[in-house]
Amino acid sequence: MSIRWDHQAIYEIIPAGSSVLDLGCGDGELLSKLIRYKGVQGQGIEKDIDHVMECVARGVPVYHADLDQGLAGFPDGFFDYVVLEKTLQAVHKPLLVLEEMLRVGRAGIVSFPNFGHWGIIASFVRTGRMPITPVLPYQWHDTPNIHLFTVSDFLDWAKAKGVMVERGLSWVDGKVQPFGEGHALLAEEVLFVVSRIPHEDTCDLTSHPASFSNDLIRA
Amino acid sequence: MSDPINALVGKKPKRYDGPDSPRSVGWTEPLRVRLADEGNPLLLDCGESIAPVDVEYEVYGEMNENRDNVILILHALSGDAHVAGWDARAEEYGRLWRKARPGWWDMMVGPGKAFDTRKYCVICSNVLGSCYGTTGPSSIDPATGRPYGLRFPIVTVGDWVRLQERLVTYLGIERLFAVAGGSLGGQQALEWTLAYPGRAKLAIILASSARLSDQGLAFNAVGRHAIINDPNFKDGNYYGGPTPDRGLAIARMLGHITYLSEVSMRQKFGRRYRNGTNAPGFHLGIDFEVESYLQHQGQAFVERFDANSYLYISRAMDYYDAASWGDGDLDKACSRVDSKFLLVSFSSDWLYTPEQMKELALALCRNRKPVTYVNIPSSYGHDAFLLEVEKLEPLIRSFLDGVFLKGE
Repeated sequence: MSIRWDHQAIYEIIPAGSSVLDLGCGDGELLSKLIRYKGVQGQGIEKDIDHVMECVARGVPVYHADLDQGLAGFPDGFFDYVVLEKTLQAVHKPLLVLEEMLRVGRAGIVSFPNFGHWGIIASFVRTGRMPITPVLPYQWHDTPNIHLFTVSDFLDWAKAKGVMVERGLSWVDGKVQPFGEGHALLAEEVLFVVSRIPHEDTCDLTSHPASFSNDLIRA
Repeated sequence: MSDPINALVGKKPKRYDGPDSPRSVGWTEPLRVRLADEGNPLLLDCGESIAPVDVEYEVYGEMNENRDNVILILHALSGDAHVAGWDARAEEYGRLWRKARPGWWDMMVGPGKAFDTRKYCVICSNVLGSCYGTTGPSSIDPATGRPYGLRFPIVTVGDWVRLQERLVTYLGIERLFAVAGGSLGGQQALEWTLAYPGRAKLAIILASSARLSDQGLAFNAVGRHAIINDPNFKDGNYYGGPTPDRGLAIARMLGHITYLSEVSMRQKFGRRYRNGTNAPGFHLGIDFEVESYLQHQGQAFVERFDANSYLYISRAMDYYDAASWGDGDLDKACSRVDSKFLLVSFSSDWLYTPEQMKELALALCRNRKPVTYVNIPSSYGHDAFLLEVEKLEPLIRSFLDGVFLKGE
């Protein structure tokens, strides 16, 4: 089962006409929509050649490369947004990828499965085996998710690196909600908009977790 | 159709689409047109001008009413205008090798193939300086009444594209749907986008780069040395007498080494001895299959190519540098282009490496030009652009059909 709530959220967050780099863009569906309906100047990066072929068929410009090699050649601050849609947990060098995201993008959008969700913790404690959930449907040996982490892990990283978390959304009980208190345990998946340079109307989530606005959520 | 090379290494002969196959463009006719004459000579990058210039070209498929479905294919070093199908005039023009095989990219060009001639009109012309119908060193110099030889001016990729532009204009085509080529052909496609921004909607560049590496320059230099030092070369004035076959064959053998990869050579030859024996013959002649293959390639080449043309075309390959459009800065050069790009490298190609293609892709990206870059895993080396049909076909077809959404 594939939960695409973050797909829709990213589509809505990115303003029309922006320049967007989608890291691990898969079959190019998100970029295709952004290019077609929001006039975005989009570029994907994807390492799987079959996905690259799908991007070409969709008319999405894609650069065939491995994110773990970094983004050398892309200038600093070149894109308005750099997207990591459920990709970070699947790379070998997540910190390098995050740093490169913040280097080439003026803002980053990161979504990922929260390994700290209470259901996962409970399943692990109860069975002593790697949890299998709708969000993480793989066996321990065939999962592409080689660096699973929790919301708290991510926020620790952001704080340590001085990264601003501008916005947060959670997938809780089958609904999108603004990231809020308790979501480190309650959210199955989360999405954060992050940047190095403070923008207006932003807050540091690690110190003001309650001040998220609701304007991202549309019916 | 027997293929001596494959027979040699014990493989099944290649299956070609015969002239009657629904997937073949069928029998083809070489076409000729004079595109420069005394009153309208072609100005060359070297500062000289040349006239007359005749161009041989071929056309497959129908041009539509708006003449906006035309794909110009550009050939590589030893190529010709005969991209696909079976030459109906092979005998007449003395091109007997064409009786045994179809055009050089027949697997990619034809009804239902990657460059689908049911949808697109495909054109290819022979480059200036070659020996396949377009004016070259073996043509008669009007100043002397004898073949040019080394009096032929130095030509460049830029000159070729300028001549191709004359052909395209002569055919009444305002805007090409695509320019496409591999290797030196890819560099011509790139040059099209730089010299005539907007004249080609799409550009497909395979196994190529913005410039040849120093390693590539070195191989070309040795190839030319072999030709020039052949006792029959005689400063290029060998027409009508014995030709510098040994030198040209060596240049071709060297070329073939650069077109293969270590892996593809191992797979093809595996250190096998000729004649199926497992032991060395203890002599200095041809003993290994790889030696036999190279010798065959060299011999087959001298039967169809002119040594002087090899000198001129390999020199054009050396001189090409797309960055010259940006005073040496490739990024600046790429700011000119107004095409959508498909760039393809092959993982084992060490003549035009994936790294070099990435450099071009990134230069285009940095100019916010729509570019798709694909590195196809292949063991075939540089030759992959002619051989990896199964991987290239869906890629090229969806690129042509899908075109980028932005700006559509």
